[in-house]
Amino acid sequence: MQNPGTLVSLSGVDTAIVAIYFLVVLTIGFYLKRFTKTGNDFFMAGRKMTAWIAGLSFVAANLGALELMGWAASAYQYGILATHWYWIGAIPAMLFLAIIMMPFYYISKTHSVPGYLQLRFGNSSRSLSAVCFGFMTILMSGINMYAMALVMKVVLGWDIHFSIWVSSITVGVYVALGGLFSAIFNEVLQFVLIWLGALLIPIIGLIEAGGWGKMVAKIHQNFQGDFTHLWRSIGSFSDNPMGIHWTGIVFGLGAIISMGYWTTDFLVVQRVLAAKDLRSAKLAPIIGAGFKMFVPFIVILPGLLGLAVLPGLVGEAQAVATGGHSFNEILPLMMARYLGPGLLGLGITALIAGFMSGMAGNVSAFATVWTYDIYKPLRKKQLSDGHFVKVGRWTTILGVLVSIGTAYLVMQFASIMDYVQALFSFFIAPLFATVLLGMLWKRATSAGGFWGLLAGTVSSIGMWAWVKVDPGALRIIALSPNAKAMAENMYRALWSCLICAAVTIIVSLFTNPKPESELNGLVRSCTVLPSEKHLKLTQKPIFWAGVVFAVFIVLNIIFW
Amino acid sequence: MEKKMISIWYFIGLLLTVYGVLIFGAGIYDLIVPFKHHVVLRELHAGVWWGVLLVVIGVVYIVKFKPKKTEK
Repeated sequence: MQNPGTLVSLSGVDTAIVAIYFLVVLTIGFYLKRFTKTGNDFFMAGRKMTAWIAGLSFVAANLGALELMGWAASAYQYGILATHWYWIGAIPAMLFLAIIMMPFYYISKTHSVPGYLQLRFGNSSRSLSAVCFGFMTILMSGINMYAMALVMKVVLGWDIHFSIWVSSITVGVYVALGGLFSAIFNEVLQFVLIWLGALLIPIIGLIEAGGWGKMVAKIHQNFQGDFTHLWRSIGSFSDNPMGIHWTGIVFGLGAIISMGYWTTDFLVVQRVLAAKDLRSAKLAPIIGAGFKMFVPFIVILPGLLGLAVLPGLVGEAQAVATGGHSFNEILPLMMARYLGPGLLGLGITALIAGFMSGMAGNVSAFATVWTYDIYKPLRKKQLSDGHFVKVGRWTTILGVLVSIGTAYLVMQFASIMDYVQALFSFFIAPLFATVLLGMLWKRATSAGGFWGLLAGTVSSIGMWAWVKVDPGALRIIALSPNAKAMAENMYRALWSCLICAAVTIIVSLFTNPKPESELNGLVRSCTVLPSEKHLKLTQKPIFWAGVVFAVFIVLNIIFW
Repeated sequence: MEKKMISIWYFIGLLLTVYGVLIFGAGIYDLIVPFKHHVVLRELHAGVWWGVLLVVIGVVYIVKFKPKKTEK
């Protein structure tokens, strides 16, 4: 029976499907513990993942439950414009990581992104980046955990404390047991479940709507404005539901936010570093990009179908006031509309799997950065590899517990949720400029790297605070008083990245660079990269990057 | 001797097969005793077809990635 006030209720078979999922992920964790003996096993999955496993894990770590729920809701709110976050906001950056940046991450044998900064710029940059990353990761993890528990409460009527503790402890146990091995293996499993659990919604939805053309016609009938074109409506801030201009999408999202996230956020980069060789490490993000391109089919399309078959959903505040449904609930509403017994359990499992893959990504990356980039430099004496594995396991548990604490903190101060997107522009956007200049410009110095990163981070936080204190500043930061929060984030990221780059260049020009002999394997012009001439065309990563990029262009033209 | 790790695709195959059987069974049961919660386009019997699809994918993965008995 359905609990009053909840969207759906699970039958016996649905509950069994969810319970079996928990059992399987824990079994995988216990099974993989026997293969996790050294630090290389625990933190880098033994560096023996195939390109497919690393690539699927790379994209799954990003495909959290909030990603599924949030972007489906954004598609209802902003229309197909939300697809930009999957295409121009992901594909070029993933290909750039594969072809340009991956060789240096991989050849330098670094265990983390802060670890690369230590090799390139020294301890100060590494410490600043590690502390920022640790803070962001734990905060994000807690916010995601709370949001997921809230979804389970609204959708299924589950107790919020039950959801938080059971899901988090499960993730903590399997990651602490099998380290990155376990996180990656479960992410691949979760990726498959997310697809198979969510794929029926757009298929049945399109049948109900009568196909793409009729769905578009119904949307135009139900709503004023352009909800079905990617580029046509963003020539002006006021012509589209998001209040954004194409410059924000191309330069803020495509060139900075997505480049920063996909190339320097260790949560995703760690998965690729676990690849078995350089070719696999380059192919993994390309495979990930291939799958990422089609995620809008299970995330954005349900939101668009909602516009056609479920008009009348409103914002959260209005929904609370009127007792109606909010567009934030569009994905579970579509599940309840189309998925019968068994399928509903699979759909809910997909949401839980999404949450777990996101959280496992956070805690495994946090454990690595904490152990190698914060704890290890503080311990002067030589310690055994086994010691660091033990620290990694305890850090995983500690990371989960602190995340749970953060989730309860968010429960008390719900406004923290509003600041999630801003966190990326604080820490990730400037980091991209630092890493990119480090890899491509041999003249960049240690002092330049550190002061540039610090200036970029501080200026980003400063711009955010400025708009909070004086909303009129939005006109200057985001170039328009009509800009919405998302557009503001895009422009803040752009400016903070440029400030970081400018300070890095200026300080570098006044300080002494490292000798070229110390930059081998770290900087493009000082490194001889392994030749790929002996490979057949279809074995070359650059060939597949070209194929993925061509499909990306074609998709943008089709939905222009 | 280094222990050989069972492929993740084998675990995925097992899970999909179990899920396929459960979803197929629930779909067939729904044909006989209709579920109280009404879903749109119920007449497509999506559970039955999806269950079969999951079993097929699952069995293919189980066969293809079955752990080898001996490793020398």
